[in-house]
Amino acid sequence: MGAIEKQRNILDFTLSSLGRRKGKNIALVVVYTFVIFLLASVLFFTHSLKKEASLILQDAPEMTVQRLLAGRQDLIPTHYIDTIRQIRGVQSVAPRLWGYYYDAMSGANYTLMVNAELNDRAGEIIIGNGVSMRSMSGIGNQALRKNDIIPFKTYDGSVLTLKVRGLLPFASELVTADLILVSEADFRTLFSIANDQATDLVLNVRNAKELSTIAAKITQIHPDTRPILREEILRTYDAVFDWRGGVIFMVLSGVFFAFIILAWDKATGLSAEEKREIGILKAIGWETSDILLMKFWEGSAVSIAAFFMGIFLAYLHIFLASSILFEPVLKGWSVLYPSFRLTPYISVYQIATLFFLTVIPYTVVTIVPSWRSATIDPDSVMRM
Amino acid sequence: MIFHPGILALLLGSALTTSMLCYSAYEGVRIIRNWDISSGSERQLELERRTYLVSTVMSYVLGFQLLSLFLFIYTADTLSPLFIGAMCAAGSLNVNGFGYSALVLKIVGCLLAGLWLVVNFTDNKAYDYPLIRKKYWLLLFITPFLIAETSVQAGYLLGLKPNIITSCCGTLFSADAKTVMSDLLALPLSLSESAFFLSTPITIVSGLYVYFKTKGAYLFSIASFIHFFISIAALISFISIYFYELPTHHCPFCILHPEYGYVGYPMYLAILVSAVSGLGTGIINPFRNIASLCNVIPRIQKRFALISILSNSVFALIVVYGILFSNLSMAAY
Repeated sequence: MGAIEKQRNILDFTLSSLGRRKGKNIALVVVYTFVIFLLASVLFFTHSLKKEASLILQDAPEMTVQRLLAGRQDLIPTHYIDTIRQIRGVQSVAPRLWGYYYDAMSGANYTLMVNAELNDRAGEIIIGNGVSMRSMSGIGNQALRKNDIIPFKTYDGSVLTLKVRGLLPFASELVTADLILVSEADFRTLFSIANDQATDLVLNVRNAKELSTIAAKITQIHPDTRPILREEILRTYDAVFDWRGGVIFMVLSGVFFAFIILAWDKATGLSAEEKREIGILKAIGWETSDILLMKFWEGSAVSIAAFFMGIFLAYLHIFLASSILFEPVLKGWSVLYPSFRLTPYISVYQIATLFFLTVIPYTVVTIVPSWRSATIDPDSVMRM
Repeated sequence: MIFHPGILALLLGSALTTSMLCYSAYEGVRIIRNWDISSGSERQLELERRTYLVSTVMSYVLGFQLLSLFLFIYTADTLSPLFIGAMCAAGSLNVNGFGYSALVLKIVGCLLAGLWLVVNFTDNKAYDYPLIRKKYWLLLFITPFLIAETSVQAGYLLGLKPNIITSCCGTLFSADAKTVMSDLLALPLSLSESAFFLSTPITIVSGLYVYFKTKGAYLFSIASFIHFFISIAALISFISIYFYELPTHHCPFCILHPEYGYVGYPMYLAILVSAVSGLGTGIINPFRNIASLCNVIPRIQKRFALISILSNSVFALIVVYGILFSNLSMAAY
C-alpha cells in the first residue's frame, strides 16, 4: 500500500502546486482544449456523416445500371430491361425516373422522383420539408400545406400546376428536404421524356455473391452501360469522408504545431520560483525520480483536463449545436439545405486516435524539459 | 494511401516513439563508452542524470507501444470495408505483404520494451548501477526492432489502396490455405487443447515454485515463453470457436469486437503481461550474485512471478468460462 500512498501524496502536492500558478496553467489548458476540440469535432463530424450515409444507403438498390453517352450519363432505353432480366440470378429489374428541377421563384433546385403510388393520381405531388418552407413570392412567407398548388414550367414552355397531397416525414430530412414525389405521367410531361426511356435501372439480385458476375454480364450485353454496386458507393463514401477528415487534419496541423511549440516553451521556461521550489524539494530529500513522477502527474493532470473538456465541447458542437463551425461547408451552394441533427456516436477508437494525435506529441515534447528541471542542482538554485 | 485519421495517428505515434528511442540509443552509446562509477567527474555526473531521462523515455515508449498495438489492430479492422472480401482485420492485414509482419514486429517490440523495463527496474533498486552497461546494450538491441516496425508499418499503411481484392477471414483461416495460421488449425483439436491445459498448470506451478522457494527462475521463464506461443495457438485453434459459437470461425481479431463483449482485450493483455513478467524473472536471474543485487533480485522475482501467475490465471479463467458457458459443444467432433 506504501506505493499507492506515495503516488497519492505526490499527486496531491502536484495539484496544489499547479493551483499556485493558475494563470500560466489555465492559458495552457485553454489552448490545449481548443486544439483537441477542433480535432475531435472533425473526427466526430466525419464519422457521423459516414454513419448517416451508410444508414441511407442500406435501403438503396443492390445494383444500379446507367447508360453512358460520350462519357456522360444519359437516358436508358427501357427495352434493356428484358435482356437484363434474362440473366440468371437477377430477381427483378425496374426503371427509375428522377431528375432535378430549378425553381426560378425560390432560386432552389428540387429533386424530382417518380413514385409508383402516385401513378394513378396524376396531378398530385408529395413534398419534402425544405420544399414546403421555401419563401413564396406574392403569398408571403407561409409554408406550403396540403392542397396548395405549385406551378412548374415544363421543358416545352407551358405551365403545369401540381397539387400538394402530403408532406414527407421529418425524420428523413437529410435525404428528403428538397425532394418532390410525382407521378410518372407528370414527370414525362414536365421533362418531355419519351415513354420508352428511363433515367436508370435498379436491380435486385437473389445472391449477393453473384453481384459482380451479373455486373460483368450486363456490360458484356450492353457495352454502353455502367453498373454500380451499392457496396461500391458505400466504400467510396467511406474513403471520401475519411479523406476529407484527413485533409482537415493536415490543415489543422499548423495550429497543432503552434500548440506544440507553446507547450515546449511553457515546459522549458521555468520561472525562478519554480526552480527554487524544485531545489527546496530536493534539499529536503526528494529524489530525481520523485520530481520526475511529479512532472508526470503534472502533465497527466493538464492532458486529462484538456482532453475531456475538448471532447465534451466537440460533442456539444457537433451533436447539439449542429456543427456551427462546419455549417457553411455543409450548406455549400444548395438553397434548400437540410437542417438535421447527427446521431451522437463516440467510440473508444475515436478517443484512442485523438489521444495519439494530441496527448502523445504533447508528452513527447515535455519529457526533456521536465527531466531538465528534475535534475537541477539544489544548491545552485537556492544560491540565486 | 488512405487519408484516415487512425492511419495518421499511427504514423505520427510510431515516428515519435522511434525518434525518442533513437535518441535514447544515442545516449546509450555514450553511457556504454564513458561510464565509470568510481569517477566523480563532470561527465560521469552528467551521464548519471541522462539515465533518468532514458528510463522515463522508455516507460513512455512501452506505454505508447502497447496502445499502438491495439490501435493498429483496430484501425485494420475499421478499414476492412474498404477492401473487397475483407471482413475484419484478418483480411485488411493481408492486403499487402507488410500487414502481418508489422503486427508481429509490434508484438516483439512490446515484449522487448517490457523486458527492458524489468532490467531497468532491477538496476534502479541497487545503489551502484550494476547492470548499466548490459541494459544499454539491450537498448541498442531493441532499437533496430522498433525502427523496422515503424518502417514496415509505414510500408503497410502507405501501400493501402482501397478495393484490392483480399481473402476474407473466412477463407484465410480456413484449413485449406497454406499459411502458418492454417498449420495451427491443422493441429487436431485434442492436441492443442491438451497442450494448453498442460502448459497452463506447468507454468503456474513453476511460477509458484519461484514465488515460494525463489528458485527455478530459468525453468519458469522457459515455461512462460513456450506458454506464450501455446496460448496464441490455442486462442486461434480452439478457444475462439467457443466465443464465436461457430466451429469453423478461427479469427483472432473478431474476438475484439463489441459483439463478443471485447473479451479479446483482457485475453491478449493477460498473454502479454504474463509473457513479459515470466521472461523477466529469468532475464534478471544471472545477476543474483552481484553484491548489490543479491537481496533485491529474489524479491523482484517473487513479485514478477506473482504477476505472471495472476495474469495466467485470469486468461485461463476467461477461457474456462468461455468454454463452459458457450452454446457450442465440440463433443461430437
